[in-house]
Amino acid sequence: MTFFYNTPENQQAMLEAIGARSLDELFEPIPEELKLQHPLQLPPALSELELDQHLRELAVGNQHAGQKICFLGGGCYDHFIPAAVDTIGSRSEFYTSYTPYQAEVSQGNLQVIFEYQSLMTRLTGLDISNASLYDGGSATAEAVLMAIADTRRYGKVVVPETLHPEYRQTIATYVENLGVAVETVATPSGLLQPDDLSAHVDDQTACVVLQQPNFFGCLEDASSVVQTTHQAGALLVGVFDPISLGLLARPGDWSAPGEGADIAVAEGHTLGTPMSYGGPFLGIMCCRENLVRRMPGRIVGQTVDRRGKPCYVLTLQTREQHIRREKATSNVCTNQGLFALRATAHLSLFGPQGLRETANLCLQKSRYAADQICQHQRFELAFPEPTFKEFVIRDRKANVGELMETSLAAGYLAGIPLAPWYPERADCFLVAVTEKRTKAEIDGLVDALIGATNAVTTSIS
Amino acid sequence: MRNNLDTKLLFELSQPGRRAMQLPACDVPAQPPEQLLPGESLASSPPPLPELSEPQVIRHFINLSQRNMSVDTHFYPLGSCTMKYNPKRNERAAAMPAFADLHPYQPVETLQGMLQVLYEMQTYLQEISGLDACCLQPAAGAHGELTALWVAAAYFRDIDEKRNRVLVPDSAHGTNPASAAMAGFKAVTIKTTQAGIVDQEDFQRKLDEKVAVLMITNPNTVGIFESQIQEMIAAVHAVGGLVYLDGANMNAILGITRPGDWGSEGVDMQHFNPHKTFSGPHGGGGPGAGPICVVEKLAPYLPSPVVVREQEAGESARYYLDFERPQSIGRVRAFFGSVGVLLRAYCYIRTHGPDGLRQVSENAVLNANYLLSRVKHFLPVPQGNRCMHEFVASAQALKNDKKVTAMDVAKRLLDYGFHAPTVYFPLTVKEAIMVEPTETESKETLDAFAETLFRITEEDPDLLRDAPHTTPISRPDEVQAARQPVLCHLAN
Repeated sequence: MTFFYNTPENQQAMLEAIGARSLDELFEPIPEELKLQHPLQLPPALSELELDQHLRELAVGNQHAGQKICFLGGGCYDHFIPAAVDTIGSRSEFYTSYTPYQAEVSQGNLQVIFEYQSLMTRLTGLDISNASLYDGGSATAEAVLMAIADTRRYGKVVVPETLHPEYRQTIATYVENLGVAVETVATPSGLLQPDDLSAHVDDQTACVVLQQPNFFGCLEDASSVVQTTHQAGALLVGVFDPISLGLLARPGDWSAPGEGADIAVAEGHTLGTPMSYGGPFLGIMCCRENLVRRMPGRIVGQTVDRRGKPCYVLTLQTREQHIRREKATSNVCTNQGLFALRATAHLSLFGPQGLRETANLCLQKSRYAADQICQHQRFELAFPEPTFKEFVIRDRKANVGELMETSLAAGYLAGIPLAPWYPERADCFLVAVTEKRTKAEIDGLVDALIGATNAVTTSIS
Repeated sequence: MRNNLDTKLLFELSQPGRRAMQLPACDVPAQPPEQLLPGESLASSPPPLPELSEPQVIRHFINLSQRNMSVDTHFYPLGSCTMKYNPKRNERAAAMPAFADLHPYQPVETLQGMLQVLYEMQTYLQEISGLDACCLQPAAGAHGELTALWVAAAYFRDIDEKRNRVLVPDSAHGTNPASAAMAGFKAVTIKTTQAGIVDQEDFQRKLDEKVAVLMITNPNTVGIFESQIQEMIAAVHAVGGLVYLDGANMNAILGITRPGDWGSEGVDMQHFNPHKTFSGPHGGGGPGAGPICVVEKLAPYLPSPVVVREQEAGESARYYLDFERPQSIGRVRAFFGSVGVLLRAYCYIRTHGPDGLRQVSENAVLNANYLLSRVKHFLPVPQGNRCMHEFVASAQALKNDKKVTAMDVAKRLLDYGFHAPTVYFPLTVKEAIMVEPTETESKETLDAFAETLFRITEEDPDLLRDAPHTTPISRPDEVQAARQPVLCHLAN
């Protein structure tokens, strides 16, 4: 017995009350021939102390962002998390509760989700937010399904190569069995060009998915994409970076105030949730009011109780699987409650000025980093377009692998090689600079990259 | 203290100019954003977020936390959700910077500890399920179901068989038919009998060579083990279909029976709910995780990447991510998966070991049967005297006699400091009250719950119909919420 929730005497008394001779008798409904005849082949139990020691040993095999200076991005970023977010997120009244089915004893969670939804609509400039989805990638795919259902266009969805490659892969999986094609628009310039988009969008196009800033960190001409998309009667799914909205136009306003993305989705972990090797994360989804009945996932609404007191409750549930079963808008049955809470706390602490200053620090520091790296003749920006907090560096010596290795040895996670997703860009890597990176760290990165250059030069000569 | 008054919204607490966050001065040469970014891409002003001080924010959220019931404060016998205690050692582990501060695109050489945990999780779940291969990527149980159905669709496409139907018992979670529809299948409902198990005649009638997958929950949502599972699996396999186990109820059978061993061939696919079976926590709705295990022939179709271990003689093991899987269905989300949830599950499995996991299920089943033995005398349990990890009582008699519903009973329990069981699910039991105590509750708690439930059935019906009386709010007007939706706070 590993953990004693009940003593052997308790267990005996319980068996007697049941009228069972033994624990085994309780499992008699399972046919004998199906029962496992030996213990599971798993390692023996560790005490908590031994677990602690074991994890410390495993930890030695990891080099985390506190040990190596992290310039990695690509949809997951090393942003700062205030202590108060941890304090709030560690409240076990929040994190050991579940979906607020019993509204009377879940007003804490429900009000937080209502506030989360309110913050997200203010952030995106759209009318409606759901209570959140799994992550940015699956939220994007769900948005595509919404667009298909709403437009009733089963021909295709159009995605530029500047959309996160893993989001594109996720969309492809989600529509694979629905007979809808995913058309990928090539973006040799690093941006989705209006003419290229026009050539792909037609009256069978359900939606266009645009990421702003895009996967390469560049700012797309969102306004023209909105117009081209809407002229074809398709919906625009906007993928945004929450931090960028301290400076950049809201997805709902990309073309003009009130005109922009119809559905906006994002990876929201940057609002107070650590990188955690890529998950669990927070899928943000907002939409225009006319799409609300197509929305997947939980939604919280304000109402009154029997005594007229304002309160909050899960609502519009006739969209959902527990009522509609196979006719539901989606199979999603929970939200990422804990991370919606953390995002709500995070934005409450930052406020409009804090978000703006964070975004500006990302902008200034990333531009400084790009300038410094490109001082050296080996490196150039792969794309000349303006960037926000990430940029793509082209290595004229086309030896990205070795650059990454030597930078790592010098203590830097210098960037993400593009080769796995963009074989034609095997000489490129993506660098992200958040507000956490200091000038000294950036200068150190530049030294490491140039040091690598010198080392390579030496070894060649 | 529960009598705090702070339920104002963040927006109502806001005052222009208040601040909680101080950011460092910019230490690199700076230029105005307007000179660095094109004008049309810029916002005219930052988004209208509330402006608050840190003490306001803390007091707001801490006070709100006290308007929740939770496992750490209350017995939470929410059937089908496995609301067991969440050991704090798991929380400490997940917060270690060596795990929490890892970027998904770091080189694998800098992730060997993390990848070892994930590789071992794959092998543990394979062992517990009795299946051959594992993918940790899905983000929740429903996401695991959907992933498994995509895997099945890819398999049938590959062997060039057109199958468009998925069989789902009417007692199944709504996610099952919803996942089937999302994966492009037609969900076909099969009936359950009065005894709460799959109606074999209806099952046989609907089974043919058009069936791609049978989705089955076992033990099922009524808390009964489907004793004919071997015959059903054999029948599905005989027509060339696949069998999927909804692993929602694995808490009843850890180390006791393995879905991969059921009959000569076993089930072909299953998902796990680590946030339930392996102690979560549930996070107020999430995050969860939904890893799936499959038989060998389906392994090539699992999402990419999977973690692979290699070891050369005399060297230590090395772990890497395998993306070279041409038959894979691709990705179901960005990045690796719900790693923080999987890490907690890893800690749970390691601190329980094989004997401890078996005892988890033994005690979960013991607690459920004990509670059943006390409750059935005053609240009928239509499906028998014994159960697995949960049971479903019916308030139909109360409704007939006193016009008191399952919902009334649930709401009244809140007054006594118990979270309500799941009500009105499964749909196959009238006035259903679904109770899952889990193994982590003491006999005293179960006794107190049973006594309270009995007391409630004897109470004045009017008291119940107006319950709860002691909670921060009374019953919300759900009709108004849906008819006149107010889904966010509007700025003036």
